[in-house]
Amino acid sequence: MNVAIIDYKAGNVYSVIHALERLGISPVLTDDAERIRRADKVLFPGQGEARQAMTYLHQHGLDQLIRDLRQPILGICIGQQLMCRHSEEGDTDCLGIFDVDVHRFQPQRHEDKVPHMGWNSLNITRNEEGRNKDGETDLFKGFTEEEYVYFVHSFYVPVCQWTIATTDYILPFSAALHRDNFYATQFHPEKSGSVGERILQNFLEV
Amino acid sequence: MLAKRIIPCLDVKDGQTVKGTNFIDLRQAGDPVELGRAYSQQGADELVFLDITASHEGRKTFADMVERVAATLSIPFTVGGGINELRDVDRMLSAGADKVSINSAALRRPELIDEVSNHYGSQVCVVAIDARQEEDGQWQCYINGGRIPVGRSLFDWAHEVQERGAGEILFTSMNHDGVKTGFANEALRRLADTLTIPVIASGGAGQKEHFRDVFTQGHADAALAASVFHFGEISIPELKQYLRNENISVRL
Repeated sequence: MNVAIIDYKAGNVYSVIHALERLGISPVLTDDAERIRRADKVLFPGQGEARQAMTYLHQHGLDQLIRDLRQPILGICIGQQLMCRHSEEGDTDCLGIFDVDVHRFQPQRHEDKVPHMGWNSLNITRNEEGRNKDGETDLFKGFTEEEYVYFVHSFYVPVCQWTIATTDYILPFSAALHRDNFYATQFHPEKSGSVGERILQNFLEV
Repeated sequence: MLAKRIIPCLDVKDGQTVKGTNFIDLRQAGDPVELGRAYSQQGADELVFLDITASHEGRKTFADMVERVAATLSIPFTVGGGINELRDVDRMLSAGADKVSINSAALRRPELIDEVSNHYGSQVCVVAIDARQEEDGQWQCYINGGRIPVGRSLFDWAHEVQERGAGEILFTSMNHDGVKTGFANEALRRLADTLTIPVIASGGAGQKEHFRDVFTQGHADAALAASVFHFGEISIPELKQYLRNENISVRL
C-alpha cells in the first residue's frame, strides 16, 4: 500500500513513520503534490502552531490539494484542527473541511491544566453520521470496551455533527471526526499503544 | 477522565539497564529497549530513560538506544541525563524522544528552560528537581545527582521553572528515595496545589498503597518508580487494577 505523509514542517513525524512501519507499511514523507495525489492513503499529522502551519500549506499549494483529495486522509492532532474552519490559535482561517471552529481550553478549576496532556478515555458516539453498514465507525471498528488514547493539546474542536468520538476534559470535545473520505483524531494514535495501532490499522483498511 | 500515569524509570549505563535483572520472565532485562517494551505491554503509561553514563562513547550509545526505543515503543517516553544545552535536546528529539528531562543544567542556567520551551514547545520540557527536606524543615534543591546543594528552595524553584515555560515537573524527594516508605506527599501536595503544570512524583514507592496515597494525598498527576517494578515487587497490571478499585482514574 502506498501511504503518503504530508510534509509541512510541523513538528516531529518520526513517531508516525515508526508506527506505520510497525504495521508493515513504508510511508513516504513528501510535500510533492503528485505523490500525495497518487497515494492510496494520506496522513496529515503534526504538532505546532496553527497560523504558521496554514501559511506553509498555503505557500506550497497544499491547502487546496488537501481539500480536493478523494482517497482516505487522516489528520492527527493539529492536523485535525487545521481541517476545521477557523482556529482561535493565531486567529487562523483553516481548511474548512469540517465546518466547525477550534477553541482554546478555558480552565474552570485548578485541576484543569492546559495543555491537556496524557491518557484519556474515548466515548464513541452513537450518531448515525459516520457509521458503516455494520453500524460501526471506520476508525473504531471492533471497539467494545472503554479505551484510552494519548493527548497533547491546548486547543479543541467542539462536539459537532461529524464527531465520531468524544473525550471529557474541562468539557466534552471531539476526539475524532469523520466526513466522507476525511478522518481526524485529536489524540496521537501513534503514541497510544496497541489501541492506537488498531485505529491506524482500521484507517489503512478503510 | 484524564488518567493518573504510572511511569517506570530505567537507568541506562553504556547502553544497558542498571537495575532490572530480576524482571519477571524477561531474559534480556539488561536491554533497555526490551525492558521498555515489556513495561509498555504491561500497561506503563510512559517511560523515562535516564542516561547515567559519563563517557562520550556512552552518550553515543545512549542516542542509538533512543532511536531503537522510538522505533519499537508506541507509548510516549522521556529521556534525561546529560542534557546541558539546546543541542543535546535537539539530538534526543531527533532520535525520537517525546520529551527531555533537564535537571542540574536548569539550575545552573535557568534560561535553558525558556530556550527549550520556546524552541520545541512546553510539552517536551520536563524539569527534574532533586530536593531534600533539611533539619529545619525547609526543602532545598540539589544538583549533580543530589551531591551539591544550591541554596534554592524547592517551591521557589518549581514556580520559576513553571514561569519559564516547563511543561511538567519531576520532583524527587531525596529523603524518600530508596526508602520505600511512600512518597513525599506533603511537599507534593503543596507543589500540585499551587502549580498549574503537572507534577510527577518520584522517590519512595514500596507498596501499592503508596501509589494510591501519592494521588489522593499528594495530588500528583503521575508517579514514577524504578526498583519496585524492576525487581517485580509490584506488577503494573495489578497496581492499576488496585488503583481503579480505589476509585483512581487509570488506564487499564
